[in-house]
Amino acid sequence: MANKRIDEPTGTETVGHEWDGIEELNTPLPRWWLWTFYLTIIFAIVYVILYPAWPMVDKATEGVLGWSSRGQLAEKMSAAEQAQQGFRDQLANIPIERLPDDSALMARAVAGGQAAFKVHCTQCHGSGGAGDQKLGYPNLNDDAWLWGGDLKAIQYTITHGVRWPDDDETRFSQMPPFEGALDDAQLGAVIDHVLSLSGKAKPNAAGTQIFGDNCAACHGPQGKGGRDVGAPNLSDAIWLRGSERDALRRQILGPRMGVMPAWGERLDPVTIKMLAAYVHSLGGGEDFVEVAKDPEVKVDEQP
Amino acid sequence: MPEKLYEKRKAVHNKRIDGPFRRFKWFVMFVTLAIYYVTPWIRWDRGPFAPDQAVLVDLAHRRFYMFGIEIWPHEFYFVAGLLIMAGIGLFLVTSAVGRAWCGYACPQTVWTDLFQHIDRFVDGDRNARARLDKAPWGPKKIARRGFKWSIYLLISLATGGAWILYFADAPTLFQDFFTLQAPMVAYATVGILTLTTFTLGGFMREQVCIYMCPWPRIQSAMLDEKSLIVTYKDWRGEPRGSLKKAKKDPEHFGDCIDCNQCVAVCPTGIDIREGPQIGCITCALCIDACDRVMKDIGRPRGLIDYATLEDCREEALGHPAKPVWKTLLRPRTLVYFGVWGAIGAALLFALGTRTHTDLTVSPDRNPPYMLMSDGSIRNSYTLKLRNMESRPREMVVAIEGLPGGKMWTDTIGADEAAPVQSFNVPADQIRTVRAYVVAPKDATSREFTFRLTSQDEQRETDTVETRFDAPAGGS
Repeated sequence: MANKRIDEPTGTETVGHEWDGIEELNTPLPRWWLWTFYLTIIFAIVYVILYPAWPMVDKATEGVLGWSSRGQLAEKMSAAEQAQQGFRDQLANIPIERLPDDSALMARAVAGGQAAFKVHCTQCHGSGGAGDQKLGYPNLNDDAWLWGGDLKAIQYTITHGVRWPDDDETRFSQMPPFEGALDDAQLGAVIDHVLSLSGKAKPNAAGTQIFGDNCAACHGPQGKGGRDVGAPNLSDAIWLRGSERDALRRQILGPRMGVMPAWGERLDPVTIKMLAAYVHSLGGGEDFVEVAKDPEVKVDEQP
Repeated sequence: MPEKLYEKRKAVHNKRIDGPFRRFKWFVMFVTLAIYYVTPWIRWDRGPFAPDQAVLVDLAHRRFYMFGIEIWPHEFYFVAGLLIMAGIGLFLVTSAVGRAWCGYACPQTVWTDLFQHIDRFVDGDRNARARLDKAPWGPKKIARRGFKWSIYLLISLATGGAWILYFADAPTLFQDFFTLQAPMVAYATVGILTLTTFTLGGFMREQVCIYMCPWPRIQSAMLDEKSLIVTYKDWRGEPRGSLKKAKKDPEHFGDCIDCNQCVAVCPTGIDIREGPQIGCITCALCIDACDRVMKDIGRPRGLIDYATLEDCREEALGHPAKPVWKTLLRPRTLVYFGVWGAIGAALLFALGTRTHTDLTVSPDRNPPYMLMSDGSIRNSYTLKLRNMESRPREMVVAIEGLPGGKMWTDTIGADEAAPVQSFNVPADQIRTVRAYVVAPKDATSREFTFRLTSQDEQRETDTVETRFDAPAGGS
């Protein structure tokens, strides 16, 4: 700046630019402003060194502090789990059939189970647990249970699944296909018989005979089913795959049988306990004591 | 010299005065401060399940206790009603007697008045204070000011401290506060209120009334020519002249001897002789001052007086003023009083007839109904049983209008299903129950009723109509 010029009326230095006789005055920023600006630059540099900042090909630079938002989330999650630990320990130690005695623990288990249900179970059973008759997903709100509806039975079903090939202890029931084994008349007769069990048709001798020969082994002579083999009760009002003649016909000729994963492979025992509590609470849950009263059924004491 | 937009504050050193209005101001100050400081300490026995504080805003448990009345959040209309009554009450008072709220009862006025007495007590009256204000800072002034400001601070601390006592058990909180056990929010509240009292009452004073407060704008709009306000009767006072001049030429001069006492005593530093103005809070201290001077010079009192603008006009023409009761009882005030009284009566009626039991029902919609193995149909509901009394009570819920309907719950087993179920509801609590209602297989969709009855001598009931869903055309 060899030739500094001072603008006379204002006494301010000019920057040397001139347009049509109008000169630009040099009015510098206040010093504090300038320092604030420098500080922001220093802040930015320090930030880039400390925190993840520069996007690279597959991820950003990591920063020397090693902080990441995922890490922060994980920390918060583990802190939340830590806070839940006392409750989870309690739940882990209580035998599931004793859970209803502790109403506060039961309430927390139901709440936890509801959350887990929304994540793992709604895909098939629906968010209200009502299942789907067309697709054959059972309704969990009603009081019909193929394998038992007390807390322990539900817990077992969730843990080992249904017809889950990778689990040796899975619930397994199978109905043979009667395609070719029965002619049309026989089929019609046995359908009549099955419908008559719940008062939906008139019984007939031929159907009764066929039922006795082919079906009673699993479903029982009265069609009441059997929980030891998971045979459905045919005399109640609940039909997993519909009560129309067509639906029955399809089911006898080529039974469709659903599959449920063994959740014991994926979920921890406490979560399964909570799930069982929630499913039990939907309104159809059975009392455990009733089963225990039966001298034929042995109840394993949980450790 | 360019015109300034803001005038520098002129310190107000109002002079001590005595008189009927001053004594009334003392009385109001005593009563309002007593109510403020004493109320949280009043005890009220509510039994073992509720706090024993007469007036308590229990935010944690969402309850508001006021002597025998307990307000739940869903009854907030009582508080809203009281606020509306307070609003209309202000209209009523303002239309009748002008800005009486500002002059006597407003917290800013009460605390400013209190602080002005502290000034007088520490620094002396008007002239001494003005002198000290102008004096250079020296050890003596520093000591004086330090002493005065610590009294300010003490009063401010007491003001903030009393406020928090309304929100928790007063004796416990008081003790916890000094043993550093109180919650952070208590200290923060006391801190903020101490700071605001210290600045608003100690230093800002009349500036709050004139510049910060929106109320004088609204309140002046509610006045009319029939409202009682503090007025200077200029037809009687003007032209002013000193006592000496007035004695020489009594024909020419009015009653005002320009002694400036009305200005000297004014807490907001205005000159009432300039006419009605926003700075006037109608505390009437100028009336006390002027009446005393009039008495001393042997003139009738009331040169400055509570008067309506209409009266002033009449009096100027030589007609007598209307009696005060006519000013107070006129259509406008009567309408305000009617509305105010009607709301009050409605609130009292609601308070007297409200029950202490309440039932809320929310039906499950996912799924809407459930087919059971015996063909019966089940619906699920979430019931909320509210017991608003300070004792545990047994409540009975019955199903009405659903033939064959029975209910059981998450705690009562299906084998005990019945049309009527009994529940124990803890004192002052809501019990949430998941209820399953089952109806025979031929049930159709219909409206039905849950009826709640408290099992005590009052037998309070509440009914809720809801819907039972069933498959179309039966099962």
